[in-house]
Amino acid sequence: MIKWVDVYKGFGDKKVLEGFTLDVHEGEAVVIIGYSGSGKSVAIKHVVGLLEPDRGTIEVDDKDVPTLPRKELYELRAHIGYVFQFAALFDSMTIGDNVAMGLRKRPEMSESDIQQRVSEALELVDLPDVQQRYPAELSGGMRKRVGIARAVALRPKYILYDEPTTGLDPVTSAVIDELMIRMREKLGVTSVVITHDMRSAYRVGSRIAMLYEGRVRQVGTVDEIQQSKDPIVRQFIEGRATLEGGETASAAATASAAAVTPARGGRA
Amino acid sequence: MGVIEATGRWVRFRIEEAGRAGRFLEEAARALAAGRTWFPNATLQMRRLGVDSLPIGLLIAIFTGIVLALLASYSFTGAVPLYFVGTLVEKTITLELAPVLTGLALAGRVGANIAAELGTRRVTEQVDALETLAYDPDAYLVVPRVIAGTIMFPLIVGLAMIVGLGAGWLASLGFLHLSSEEFLKGARLFFGAFDIEYGLVKSASFGLAVTLIGCYKGLRARGGAEGVGNAATGAVVYSAVMILVLDAFWAMTWLHGRS
Repeated sequence: MIKWVDVYKGFGDKKVLEGFTLDVHEGEAVVIIGYSGSGKSVAIKHVVGLLEPDRGTIEVDDKDVPTLPRKELYELRAHIGYVFQFAALFDSMTIGDNVAMGLRKRPEMSESDIQQRVSEALELVDLPDVQQRYPAELSGGMRKRVGIARAVALRPKYILYDEPTTGLDPVTSAVIDELMIRMREKLGVTSVVITHDMRSAYRVGSRIAMLYEGRVRQVGTVDEIQQSKDPIVRQFIEGRATLEGGETASAAATASAAAVTPARGGRA
Repeated sequence: MGVIEATGRWVRFRIEEAGRAGRFLEEAARALAAGRTWFPNATLQMRRLGVDSLPIGLLIAIFTGIVLALLASYSFTGAVPLYFVGTLVEKTITLELAPVLTGLALAGRVGANIAAELGTRRVTEQVDALETLAYDPDAYLVVPRVIAGTIMFPLIVGLAMIVGLGAGWLASLGFLHLSSEEFLKGARLFFGAFDIEYGLVKSASFGLAVTLIGCYKGLRARGGAEGVGNAATGAVVYSAVMILVLDAFWAMTWLHGRS
């Protein structure tokens, strides 16, 4: 289980997370939606200890991530796959070596085991023939799939996807969505997906949480979010430039904040 | 913003920067223990930072040797026996010019290369990706480069000493009509093993400084292409300044103590 409890994080004068609280239960796929710059990536970077909160706790399997000693943090990371927004492949390495990278940190795995795992992971993302190629030779969608393969090869308990479909055409986005669903259904991986793409959110999410002004505005099932009465949530999921009635976002946020009922793990 | 506030901000920034640099050095030293992570990369970096830098190092040595020989002959103007050209070429090449000029050239080549590469890795989240794959970036990226720089700088400088001396010798034969015996007599006259030891230790310290600064600037890069460009520029400038500071340091603490 992944838990953010009352997390605050700022960079200089800019406050990004202000009391962010959310639970992700095992087997779930929780999608975090929100405006660009609202702190979605910042939130998931805390889960693997890439960022430390100014206040609050982040727990993974009851371990408080920010206070973990380095060795234990690395052990925890071995159970968490992270798919970066732009894949973050190592450009000086072949695709095969990219996918094998995390496995080479495991002394119990022989080179043949590693090669087999790499082949399986690349087949799972429908890229069986790219092992000898370099990241620069692949399209954006293929690179993202390799990023997923790199995470999956570790056979993680959790996968964190940072905007996996951003910048892709609708067909490639659907392919990535299918992949995320397949990872969850076939491998039983618990997922946290960050996206602005509502079609993708509805497709892959078992629950959706909207991050707004540093905290969870609303969290609920796909149906609950689709039927939300919160004007901020409605504006976002419908992709409108203004709120209903032409109200500004901040005024509506203040007026409706009390009316929003937080679902499991979230708070208004 | 008032002058006092601006000064206060500047001082605070410098203190924070010193703290970050101190933390970086501590982390790099700690990462030395992870030999299994850095060792395989160290040999690759020795080739990239060292062997590939040889041409520029040797080219500088050739021209320095030639110019030194001619400069010595011009300065002596008949008042000093010409075989002292060998003395001057040997002393200045081994004690000062091979380490410092090669160091400055490598500060540009190696320092900028490291800062640009690590900066690009930082802004494209490759460093974060390493961490999520349970790699320590200090052990995987910093230590191999620092070890490669500290070992390879003295090797390049050692070769530059030989080539520079050889170029000075040939220039003396060709332009000054000095015989080989005369040149070697001058070169041997005040030669001591200390000259080489001093030049090599100094260049090892330059290699350590240039690679540490390059890694620090690269890993601190933020933003996009501009951030990487700033990191590379900062690495070259700080490395060049640090080479001159270390040069003065060694002269004051080691060379001066012997005279």
